[in-house]
Amino acid sequence: MRRVTRVFVPVLFGAAFFGAWEALVRGLDLKPYFLVAPSTIAEQFGSSWSLVWRSMKVSGGNALAGLLIGTGLGIAVSLVTSRFRLLHELVTPLAVALNAIPIFVLVSVFNNMFAITSEVPRRLMVTLVVYFVVLVNVTRGLVQVDRLHMELMRSYAASDWQVLRRVRIPNAVPYLFTALKIAAPVAVITAFVSEYFGGSQNGLGSAIARSIAASRNDQAWAYVAGACLLGLTFYLISTLLETVATPGGAGKRPAGRS
Amino acid sequence: MFTVSLLLVAVAWESYKLAGPADGGSLLGWRVLPRANDRAMPHVWDMVARLADPERRGSDTTVAQVVLSGTWYSLRLVLVGFALGTLVGFGLAVLMARFRLVERGLLPYLVVSQTVPLIALAPLVVAWGGRVSIGGWVWPRWLSASVIGAFLAFFPVAVAALRGLSSASRASLELMESYAATWWQTFRRLRLPSSVPALVPGLRLAASASVVGVVVAEISTGLRGGVGRLIIEYGRQTTSDPAKVYTAVFGAAVLGLMMAGLVGVLDLVLSPHRRAEVAS
Amino acid sequence: MNAVDVGSVSMIFGDGASRVEALVDVNLGVAQGSFVSLIGPSGCGKSTVLRLIANLLEPTRGEIRVQGKPARQSRLDQDYGMAFQHAGLFDWRTVTKNIELPLELKGWDRATRRERALEMLELVRLPEFAGHYPWQLSGGMQQRVAIARALAARPTLLLMDEPFGALDEMTREHMQAELLRICRETGTSVVFVTHSIPEAVYLSDHVVVMSPRPGRITATIEVDLGDRQGDDTREADEFYKKITEVREALRSDRGEHPTGVEDR
Repeated sequence: MRRVTRVFVPVLFGAAFFGAWEALVRGLDLKPYFLVAPSTIAEQFGSSWSLVWRSMKVSGGNALAGLLIGTGLGIAVSLVTSRFRLLHELVTPLAVALNAIPIFVLVSVFNNMFAITSEVPRRLMVTLVVYFVVLVNVTRGLVQVDRLHMELMRSYAASDWQVLRRVRIPNAVPYLFTALKIAAPVAVITAFVSEYFGGSQNGLGSAIARSIAASRNDQAWAYVAGACLLGLTFYLISTLLETVATPGGAGKRPAGRS
Repeated sequence: MFTVSLLLVAVAWESYKLAGPADGGSLLGWRVLPRANDRAMPHVWDMVARLADPERRGSDTTVAQVVLSGTWYSLRLVLVGFALGTLVGFGLAVLMARFRLVERGLLPYLVVSQTVPLIALAPLVVAWGGRVSIGGWVWPRWLSASVIGAFLAFFPVAVAALRGLSSASRASLELMESYAATWWQTFRRLRLPSSVPALVPGLRLAASASVVGVVVAEISTGLRGGVGRLIIEYGRQTTSDPAKVYTAVFGAAVLGLMMAGLVGVLDLVLSPHRRAEVAS
Repeated sequence: MNAVDVGSVSMIFGDGASRVEALVDVNLGVAQGSFVSLIGPSGCGKSTVLRLIANLLEPTRGEIRVQGKPARQSRLDQDYGMAFQHAGLFDWRTVTKNIELPLELKGWDRATRRERALEMLELVRLPEFAGHYPWQLSGGMQQRVAIARALAARPTLLLMDEPFGALDEMTREHMQAELLRICRETGTSVVFVTHSIPEAVYLSDHVVVMSPRPGRITATIEVDLGDRQGDDTREADEFYKKITEVREALRSDRGEHPTGVEDR
């Protein structure tokens, strides 16, 4: 019974929201430039699916490339910085400060470094953003080990390498997945936002801007729906990965910071 | 330490310039190496110098002045957005704390919303500028940017505030019950103050989210006066003036840092009772 | 009139397969000004009895009266003060403001509140910590502040749920002596839940022994140790005699489970 209500209530709220939206647009006869009815969006989404899908692939591809590379780099560098205290001290304040800054504006800089049709600037941007998220979280996982465990390993006269393998890395695994759950949607958002700065026009962001410029707001909303779908998929996959990789129950650690 | 890191980044930048291919290159077949010539990657000192130079040929105002005024303009938009988003987000959290039904119904969406690129809605909201009027008041274009900032700030605040408001210990809640305190009294004296530690990280996220929202909004409209617009504008001028765009990037960085500073101040103000805990 | 009257109270949680008989037909009377301990192994329902008296729970059957009124009315009238195992002070309030909390809720004006809070601090012998924050105080000191808070509105009844459980042995003994002194000075009745036999015997006029499954009272042992002011109370023969009596009462319930921590 509990479970039913748990699912039922949000569904009810969701349905009420869409219902009210639809009623608002129809009832007040709102112009498309203001708001488009959900039914129209759904219709448009269906009919333009192939176009939407193509844009999704471009933006999604950028997000994925950046996600994979950024994660790999983040893990690699965090393994290095956790080993050397000095590096850790250097990198952490930088990462913390970068958290506050809208670094995606660097895309305009990247665009200059590459050809105008290249998707690399976007991928580079996503890589950078993901890299910092993964770096901060995984480093925390590698460094913040239970003191008790460290004392135990010391009593075994364990080498640094053994400590790394048997204590630090297992400790860091939940942190990695926390990072991924943050990084995956952020990758999509960054890939998306990067498209506003010029360069190749094949992605979702550009498609939305284009549609609005052509006064086809219904189409724009369809692309928005596509973007939401993309972000959601990335998040779900990362959650799935987490459940698969940590069978003992993930999330026993407090959530990391983005 | 931070300054050392910055210096290291500058050194890395210059080293690449020395060593890297002038017209870009390939790594394992992928054309991923950026061009290292002076056009594409200006020297660091050029970027700094550019700040002091006149903005345009023959103009009196320096780039620094233009960028700063752009940053100031955007900052005001961000503050409006941040305040709005925080207020509404907190209000919703209170509602959710009060009524379990509302919490059950809305919380899943709030959580999901943080995984979805809500920024996609930015151009659509921006389009309202100038075309929506209520009574005699016309929706000013800058308000769209603030609204988008508010929209992005709202979600992290709502989630964090709810977490905070629900974080009071059972013993404390029982204590208030033993005092026959009303819900409102318990809220004011227990839930609200105990929500601060969880709220502050949410405010931090909201601050950076509102910066993102405003900057993106400025870019997608070309809203005049803000730092976003400057980035686009200077970005277009890189062939003739490569160092200029970096000055605008500095401006955006300053914007982000100022908001982070604001949250730091808020943290100090809201929790004077806490001993200095290392936050990072 | 008794301070507390628990009349044929039963408490059942859950239903069907998950039904738990936490208490069955419990009768208890606490005279004005007396100190009564509830002792027993885990699950015997002693905390439940306390919560029923505090009206944080409603009994499935039976009636509870505090100061002659129904428990609910008593809570609304704020006739009792409560202290838990963890001091539960609010981190964001100074020691003084923590003590003022119940008074604020009752609508006292600022000056009177402040005066009473400082008075309470004197009573628990912590006046120099008025402006400190909880994290600056040790566990024992925090617990003293919690007691000051419980007594701030001068209730006639004090309900305590293992308040010294989290403290070390030396601090415990000291706090026990302090508590007795304070209750003597204020004439407050006390219902005190504990795991510790020596603690129960040292503090109480009556030790109520409970046992679980289902929760019920199996014995009430009267303890008369004189005025308990001296250091030698804990070494008196009578003290040990009563401890043994309580221990045996705890053992005599079916004998299948361990009788709690005995060497405290």
